[in-house]
Amino acid sequence: MAERKEIEIDFGRVETERMRLNVGPQHPSTHGVLRLEVELEGEIVTDVIPHIGYLHRCFEKISENSTFVQVVPYIDRMDYITSMNNELPYVLGIEKLMGIKVSDRIESIRVIISELNRIASHQIAVATFGMDAGAFTPFLFLFRDREMILNVFEKLSGGRLLYNYIRVGGLLQDAYPSFKNDVLDIIRKVRETNVEIMNLLIDNKIFIERTINVGTLPADVAINFGCSGPMLRGSGVKYDLRKVEPYSIYDKFDFEVSVGDGKIGTVGDSYNRNIVRMYEMEESCKIIEQALKFMPDASEDVHATFPKKIAPKGEIYTKAENPKGELGFYIIADGKNKPYRVKGRSPSFVNLSVLPYISKGYMIADLIIILGSVDIVLGEIDR
Amino acid sequence: MGLLDRLDNPYDVGPGILLGTVEDLLNWGRAKSDWYMSFGLACCAIEFMAVNAAHFDFMRFGTIPRPSPRQSDFMIISGTVTLKMAERIKRLYEQMPDPKYVISMGSCSNSGGPYWQNGYHVLKGVDRIIPVDVYVPGCPPRPEAFLEGMVKLQSKISHQAMFRKRQDMSQEDLDAIHNRQVEIERQFQEFQKVQQELKH
Repeated sequence: MAERKEIEIDFGRVETERMRLNVGPQHPSTHGVLRLEVELEGEIVTDVIPHIGYLHRCFEKISENSTFVQVVPYIDRMDYITSMNNELPYVLGIEKLMGIKVSDRIESIRVIISELNRIASHQIAVATFGMDAGAFTPFLFLFRDREMILNVFEKLSGGRLLYNYIRVGGLLQDAYPSFKNDVLDIIRKVRETNVEIMNLLIDNKIFIERTINVGTLPADVAINFGCSGPMLRGSGVKYDLRKVEPYSIYDKFDFEVSVGDGKIGTVGDSYNRNIVRMYEMEESCKIIEQALKFMPDASEDVHATFPKKIAPKGEIYTKAENPKGELGFYIIADGKNKPYRVKGRSPSFVNLSVLPYISKGYMIADLIIILGSVDIVLGEIDR
Repeated sequence: MGLLDRLDNPYDVGPGILLGTVEDLLNWGRAKSDWYMSFGLACCAIEFMAVNAAHFDFMRFGTIPRPSPRQSDFMIISGTVTLKMAERIKRLYEQMPDPKYVISMGSCSNSGGPYWQNGYHVLKGVDRIIPVDVYVPGCPPRPEAFLEGMVKLQSKISHQAMFRKRQDMSQEDLDAIHNRQVEIERQFQEFQKVQQELKH
């Protein structure tokens, strides 16, 4: 039997080899077809290079070849989780170019469905973020409630995910008689579940330990990168297009802009970005309640303000607050029935650009958490 | 006819006895526990997540999500396949072990869908690169439609022939089988002869 030798290791001189790791595009936690080229030193991330373009669907080129109305379905497919919110800025821009005023009922229905879709989007965001952290039950709870919202959308437009509901100068069809009751049911259920999720996931010790002080994004960096939405508000910047530059009828409603408060963790970390989404669901419920009161009860012809011919002339940049951030469209119209150019400014694309900055120096397991907290949708990044 | 269908009239052979082929037994097991590769491409992936969640409960079909292609039985092409992604999908398909199946979910992967006309960057149907077993139409398909597609895939698997039938074989194959039988018989007789010699 060999003698056991005492080996002295000088830990000051031990170096790990640098490694390049490829994550995606089929990796389950990249939220779609994002490919990350990660440079690792041991388990520490030293560099992240996102490779995009696996879902490039040529939205901008297609919109040059289709009429103004035909563009709307393709806008649905940009950020496929929040189709109603996507349609709103584009339609508002065309209406502004053509000088169309729509009635109060149409405006309030647009606001209600946008806020409902915001809730649905944030539910997916929180659910998948919980899954990235290893919690599966909140996913089941939130998707159960999301079905209620989808049922209302289905009754309105016929589609569960992609709606093509908001049209230039009106809506596809008027709200059905029991619409108000259905929406009130949803609000009640969403509030109930949010209490449950707060207990189950957000205040969970394991979840807190996993997400606080991970991927901290300072406010000045967030502004410099052009971030928007919960990403920016999680860093403590009170900026919401619904409040700063109210579009549609958002100036009539009373709601708070929720920001990351840093009660747990630091302002701008993954936990705070996530909790902003929870707060925003509650604010959306408030807006919906006020909009339901504001909405005229009498049913009306939502096709009344449809323009006979959509051929605007001019240039416009129109933007709205998407659940992911500021969604903008730069539309150039030259008096024909097809747009000369439609450029999309997608929030996910801008928010993703900050990922290499905030994930440096963290563990590889934290990279997945950071990516989950950014809440990207690849259809919008690649367009 | 599947193995379980025979349970309806077990008395034609005797109680507690099932007559069936090995093929039926293996197919029954294969059809009821398909593992799928969990990766999403586009809009349909969100609808597929809804299928996975509590309301539609995809796991009651015996399916389990596997993150690796090497452990999965079938893959779901859920969304638009761009030319850049097509390479990856082909490679993922090749990495899956046989027997393998593909469900094409949604108009985009069936035929290009809304991007059929002007989509310079979109593959016009995933069946141009890999064989597809079940097509589910819709943009995106309703969860019920997808579940119907899963039932179709299960019935396809459970009726699949694993072994060749004797009447479908060529004369050469039959001769080879016959020669093999003769050879085995000869070896057995030699073996017996050696045994008897050892006894004496």
